[in-house]
Amino acid sequence: MTFKLTHICAVLLATSAMTGAAAAETLRWAKAADATTLDPHAQNLGTNHNFLHHIYETLVNRNVAGELTPRLATEWSIKEGSPNVWVFKLRQGVKFHDGADFTAEDVVFSLDRARSDKSNMRQLHVGIDKVVAIDDYTVEVHMKGPSPLYPNNLTNTFILDKGWAEAKNVVEVQDYAAGADNYAVRNTNGTGPYTLTTREVDVRSVMSYFDGHWGEKPVVTEIVYLPIAENATRVAALLSGEVDFVQDVPVQDVTRLQSSAGITVTTGPENRVIYFGYRFGDQPLKSSNVTDSNPFNNPLVREAVHLAVDRDAIQRVVMRGMSIPAGVAMPPFVNGWTKELDAYPAVDVDKAKALLAEAGYPNGFSVTLDTPNNRYVNDEAISQALVGMLGRIGIQVTLASRPVAQHSPLIQANDTDFYMLGWGVPTFDSAYVFNDLVHSKEGSYGAYNGGLYSNPELDAKIKSLETEVDLDKRNATIAEIWAKVQEDRALLPIHNQVLAYATRTGVEIAVHPENSPLMMDVSIKK
Amino acid sequence: MFAFILRRLLQSVVVMLVVALIAFLIFRYVGDPIVSMAGVETRIEDQEIMRDRLGLNDPFYAQFWTFLSNAVQGEFGISYRLQQPVLRLISERLPATLELAFVSATLALVVGVLLGIFTALRARSLLSGAIMAVSLVGVSLPTFLIGIGLIYIFAVELQWLPSFGRGETVAIGPWRTGFLTDSGLKSLILPAITLSLFQMTLIMRLVRAEMLEVLRTDYIRFARARGLPEKVINFRHALKNTMVPVITITGLQLGSVIAFAIVTETVFQWPGVGSLFITSVQAVDVPVMATYLMFIAFVFVVINLIVDILYYLVDPRLRVDSRRGGH
Repeated sequence: MTFKLTHICAVLLATSAMTGAAAAETLRWAKAADATTLDPHAQNLGTNHNFLHHIYETLVNRNVAGELTPRLATEWSIKEGSPNVWVFKLRQGVKFHDGADFTAEDVVFSLDRARSDKSNMRQLHVGIDKVVAIDDYTVEVHMKGPSPLYPNNLTNTFILDKGWAEAKNVVEVQDYAAGADNYAVRNTNGTGPYTLTTREVDVRSVMSYFDGHWGEKPVVTEIVYLPIAENATRVAALLSGEVDFVQDVPVQDVTRLQSSAGITVTTGPENRVIYFGYRFGDQPLKSSNVTDSNPFNNPLVREAVHLAVDRDAIQRVVMRGMSIPAGVAMPPFVNGWTKELDAYPAVDVDKAKALLAEAGYPNGFSVTLDTPNNRYVNDEAISQALVGMLGRIGIQVTLASRPVAQHSPLIQANDTDFYMLGWGVPTFDSAYVFNDLVHSKEGSYGAYNGGLYSNPELDAKIKSLETEVDLDKRNATIAEIWAKVQEDRALLPIHNQVLAYATRTGVEIAVHPENSPLMMDVSIKK
Repeated sequence: MFAFILRRLLQSVVVMLVVALIAFLIFRYVGDPIVSMAGVETRIEDQEIMRDRLGLNDPFYAQFWTFLSNAVQGEFGISYRLQQPVLRLISERLPATLELAFVSATLALVVGVLLGIFTALRARSLLSGAIMAVSLVGVSLPTFLIGIGLIYIFAVELQWLPSFGRGETVAIGPWRTGFLTDSGLKSLILPAITLSLFQMTLIMRLVRAEMLEVLRTDYIRFARARGLPEKVINFRHALKNTMVPVITITGLQLGSVIAFAIVTETVFQWPGVGSLFITSVQAVDVPVMATYLMFIAFVFVVINLIVDILYYLVDPRLRVDSRRGGH
């Protein structure tokens, strides 16, 4: 404890004495929430991955443009003659923070740990049959079937040292139900550019540069990570010069920060689309005054809603410019996205009313819209805006607003007629959207298809994507699926979220599509 | 005396059991802890497995019983959010809350009493009027706004004081104190003012009202008639008699200061048990919420017990009543 304190003092003294010296550069990084655990496989949460990317490393990484880049693996390819096997060549001369060498057995161990029962990362690796070390720097991952996109699943799966895990008794992932916590929850040993020097949960974590790191020495040699939950306080801390970088800038503060002296705001698209989902099927809606049919099951009604939504107004008024209106339910980085798909029509209230009348609802109908109120940027306000827009064509919407912890179960239990959801695509491929949102709900498919949209023809096509090795053929199938989804108006996309990073002027941090900026890539101008 | 305390202790146990029971009834409506533990990308079958392992599918009385039987053995479980033992999380956070509560309560008491006396003695002066008007702000403005306002004035504009956190701390055994460092003391100022403002105005208005009341009584008039100096009348005779209700209120308010520091702690990112509770509610972290509520119930029960015992010692009538067994 006392050591910790003297260390903090030394660090603080050092930073105040050495500002301007290129040798030691400290970056104070404020975020809304702290990482919950340091065990890399215990929870599949963006905040945790973002934090751990500085301490641990993955085989492949995703850069700010959304492309895969080498990290602990230098190259990867499908083994010639066996389409089910991925071969990874590993980086040589990499050391863990405790001095141990990084070798193939660490990769085998880590992937096995990540796909074990208690791991929360396992869904990304369910396709693995076995992982084999060929020599010290070559690993083969044998899949159950052809998996042309598997490396996309590796960008947040961190590599641990096998020897360390065994010595510290953390071979297994933390079990919530168990009585004691696991050593790996509070201690780390990675190959990353920073080592964790101090950690007080929800208060402050300090990471300093690891001398033995294989990469180029970063400009930032020390990171002070400060979780500040309250929006106004977080912004105030930046304005008063107590932090250098605020990652979660509230939408309403962006304009003001942009005009503040000494502060730079960088914006960029996030990998998350916000859309509304409908209840399908012949059963009448539970919350509607129409009791003999389901209006949403009629494509004309969905087309009418599509025409009635003023996406530009939502962007301008609700989001204050901080969104990218979307005509298709996937972010632009995703494989399968095209400009044509993303186009959306101009608002046409008269035509929408005519369509409703044609569908047999000349006086509209009533329905309850379920919305989260603490999950996405301005989620509740977007839903409120939608209520007004649908009111103009005669659909009376009642808003039911809940925190996400209560909203999500509704969708999983198919217990909603009309709902908002945000969807990120960690694999950057359309198949991820189809599997969970478009495929009929059966087995591990359609997990978030809360409205039970179902089209057997599409289901077959979606399944075929998994094993199709010919990428051109695969992309053609993706385009066909999207064409049908759009024609059906199966989902009602609104916009893609935009991320805003605010920094002290001079600190340059590019917006990362997965909201996982890396401090080793930060540059600081004097 | 012994029987009295024993009976009160038994009542306290019942109170805590009821608190725990109500808490568990409410937890079912807070939401699904798995949503925040697993994130949307986790497959629904895997979420179901987790839910089963944590016993979240059990009926609430079974969950309640598990919690109680573990709690009796000093086992409060592992936080769903942070994966660490709850007892350690709370005991690490407690010093921050207690220090803030202590400073706020002292500030509220000292300033409140002084201003109360002043406004009572100089009831007609312009300054008293101003203080009374400003005190309305303390009573009526939400703590959240006061906190943000102070941050903007003293942290952002003037840059005199830090806007968040607790500064550097020094560990004395298991207790991490912020009293011994400059940044620790500076960090304490804004949250302490924010937290104390409500109690301060409350105490001030109470002291003023009581004092005005007492100053009108006969013995004060006789004291004046006897020609005692003003100072002695005001501070020895009048003040002493106003302090009885003030002490009662202050004692009871101390519990509230600890329990309701939640908002202040959130605004200033003060690393105490209150902000821990708020983040736990957002994450539906049932073990932390349950333990925190039990802890707050315990604090109130202990304070009430002490107050009861003090009454018992001070007020002979209670003793007579208790012998008769009536309440």
